[in-house]
Amino acid sequence: MGGDGQTGGRAAAPAIELKGISKAFGPVQANRDISLRVMPGTIHGIVGENGAGKSTLMSILYGFYKADAGEILIGGQRTQIPDSQAAIRAGIGMVFQHFKLVENFTVLENVILGVEEGRLLKPSLAKARGVLKSLAEDYELNVDPDALIEELGVGMKQRVEILKALYRQADILILDEPTGVLTPAEADHLFRILKNLKSEGKTIILITHKLREIMAITDTVSVMRRGQMTATLETAQTSPEELAELMVGRKVLLRIDKKPATPGRTVLEVENLRVTDEDGVERLKGVSLNVRAGEILGIAGVAGNGQSQLLEVLGGMIPGTGTVRINGDAIDLTGRHSDGQSRRARGIAHVPEDRQREGLIMPFMAWENVVFGYHHDPAYQKNRALMDNAGIRRLAEEKMERFDVRPPNPGLAARNFSGGNQQKIVLAREIERNPDLLLVGQPTRGVDIGAIEFIHQRILDLRDAGKAVLLVSVELEEILSMSDRIAVMFDGRIMGERLPGETDEMELGLMMAGMNGKAA
Amino acid sequence: MRDVMPKWADVVLIPLISLVLAFLLSAVVIIAIGEDPVAAVKMMVTGALGSTYAWGYTLYYATNFIFTGLAVAVAFHAKLFNIGGEGQATLGGLGVALVCLALPWPHWTLALPAAVIGAALFGAAWAAIPAWLQAKRGSHIVITTIMFNFIGAAVLNYLLVNVMRPVGSMDPATAKFPNGTHLPTLHDLLAPFGIAFSRAAPANISFLIAVAACILVYLLIWRTRLGYEIRAQGHSEPAAIYAGIRPVRIVMAAMLISGALAGLMAVNNVMGEAERLVLNSVEGAGFIGIAVALMGRSHPFGVFLAAILFGFLYQGGAELALWTDIPRELIVVIQALVILFTGALDNMVRMPLERLFLGLRKGRA
Repeated sequence: MGGDGQTGGRAAAPAIELKGISKAFGPVQANRDISLRVMPGTIHGIVGENGAGKSTLMSILYGFYKADAGEILIGGQRTQIPDSQAAIRAGIGMVFQHFKLVENFTVLENVILGVEEGRLLKPSLAKARGVLKSLAEDYELNVDPDALIEELGVGMKQRVEILKALYRQADILILDEPTGVLTPAEADHLFRILKNLKSEGKTIILITHKLREIMAITDTVSVMRRGQMTATLETAQTSPEELAELMVGRKVLLRIDKKPATPGRTVLEVENLRVTDEDGVERLKGVSLNVRAGEILGIAGVAGNGQSQLLEVLGGMIPGTGTVRINGDAIDLTGRHSDGQSRRARGIAHVPEDRQREGLIMPFMAWENVVFGYHHDPAYQKNRALMDNAGIRRLAEEKMERFDVRPPNPGLAARNFSGGNQQKIVLAREIERNPDLLLVGQPTRGVDIGAIEFIHQRILDLRDAGKAVLLVSVELEEILSMSDRIAVMFDGRIMGERLPGETDEMELGLMMAGMNGKAA
Repeated sequence: MRDVMPKWADVVLIPLISLVLAFLLSAVVIIAIGEDPVAAVKMMVTGALGSTYAWGYTLYYATNFIFTGLAVAVAFHAKLFNIGGEGQATLGGLGVALVCLALPWPHWTLALPAAVIGAALFGAAWAAIPAWLQAKRGSHIVITTIMFNFIGAAVLNYLLVNVMRPVGSMDPATAKFPNGTHLPTLHDLLAPFGIAFSRAAPANISFLIAVAACILVYLLIWRTRLGYEIRAQGHSEPAAIYAGIRPVRIVMAAMLISGALAGLMAVNNVMGEAERLVLNSVEGAGFIGIAVALMGRSHPFGVFLAAILFGFLYQGGAELALWTDIPRELIVVIQALVILFTGALDNMVRMPLERLFLGLRKGRA
């Protein structure tokens, strides 16, 4: 234990310096000769597409992977980081995207977990209570130390993770996609905390794909592409457009160019829709909405407020009660006489939120996935008994060509494609069925910037072809830019509807937090 | 998650290396008890493959294992671990016996289709109850199928002793089936082609049915919609639900087919060989089917090859026990080692091999 507490002293030594870090996983060069200097007391952003190597780099820094080559200097001193214990001793704290907390422990118990001193818990707990109190005062990190983790919201859980790192005397804090699950207000609060930490001399590394956050809070920013550090810039001297271009390697349209909607007849009518899950918890508490032909209705909300259940019940995956009409005809919600198949037959296509768990069969080849859910269609059968595998393969080749799926090899298993290309396979399948209604959840989650543009355009094309689109996304920017109308969900209810031109992130953020925007 | 090895390495190289390791270890054991492994191998090969008589036994056993192996394989594709092949084959035997004894069958061409249906129906019925419990109640199929093995054995015991035993017989077995149910052996089938095949060996036309079953299972799994749905459900139930595939239906369908295949084994051993139903007619073939399916990577062709291998081990092992001082138990040890290496220790061979292939690819890149 102990470690070398001499962080101060040398004025110009970077808090972290990486020299020539390389790491390969088999044939994949995840990191190639990466060098990075982060000065103490600054916030440094790292941006890059999925698979650019950000997470690998941070895992090396935190001792999960060992670099094939290169060295790490902490506070100017060469440091070996063989495991996460060593990282903690070196003063590095990590806040993961997926929290690593014991749900049925209190905040205090979680904070001391792994660094308890002595045989009895009580002195450690008392000490932690004191430390937590002062941390809360210093950094606006208020959390009830006796609350159970399972009772806390995501924003609070994240604070506990930060407290854990600080309690271990971290001088360098790495945050991996910290705002993915936060409301805008919670994200703002997080940024205030980070600024406070920075002013106390802590060094912060922020990994994110949200360029807006980079611009708002970082001092310097590094861009990674294909395992290499392509640029390190002063944030003040760059722009989101430049960063996006550096990330993708070509010019990217950040703003969505769309024509005004020309809504037609009502395609989807939902009245008083309720869903109770297997645990008896009511997840949809009387949702009513409608979507017209030629428009996109965006559902905004923090993850876990019923949006998933809304998509699932409309897509026939789970039963519900209430009334749902498609083109004026009611559909069975009990699940006894209908399922995903009959929904598809009624002209409802569904791009599910989790393409790896639901939208695709990962070990299936691309061509097998291209008819998934439509495999009973007579067009895909060779005769009464057998499927027309050769025909489906040809179809897959064409679809992959049209949707620019790379590599365009229908014989490759779905798991071997990148997130963006997997999503394109799903979209190629669902959109080209020419549905009356497209349900689409998190269309660009985990998708590279380059593919985002393409996916958005295809959804807009479908809208312009006079189809109805129900879009669920936790990315507020996506909702604001894609939707023709926006409904905000909170706790299984629709909080209200807004027009994208007449609202902003502030108002939607309040509604997402359960406050009625107009009243607040 | 990414594929690191070419497919041929996965389906050919890994089982082959596992097999070699199992045999090497077996050799060590044979040396350890003071016998000559080379002589033992010679004995096994001659005993199992050296004559048409030997082949006749090897193929007879293989036929049993093809059916039970296919049964396990089909269920595997739906991610169901059907270890009830033993019980389903036992009940299949009951089906065959009831069919064969029901009518004075004039000719085997009439009796065989009926027996096939009887065997499949009874096997499927015995799998149906665990399947239903799994699909509707979530009772784990591993637990229920293995319990149904015991229930099946007890049911048969009761029926043979109290109901089906001919009056005056002291043997817990049915009467001999009528002559019209006698199935042609490979001797009978090959004679018209001028091929001399041992008259005494039990391999019979059921072997051809087993081969046909392999082809049908292949078509089912990879070419039909039901097979597509079974595989989809096996890989991801949430995805299956998304696609509108009903898990209950798939669990039932996969298990009924699985049970039917296991039941079909009875056409070979009950109708083709014993020509009457006796106690414990399955003799562990239901469990061997698990190893066969594991080794055959749940692919019908792999199951076919693995079944031949286990047929060889069974017959060769019997010969070894008969003609050498190597005790019968050692044969079980060798079979167990093969099962252990090809089934359970898959990763032991797979991981180094994957690393090797990664290295090779890196070298090329």
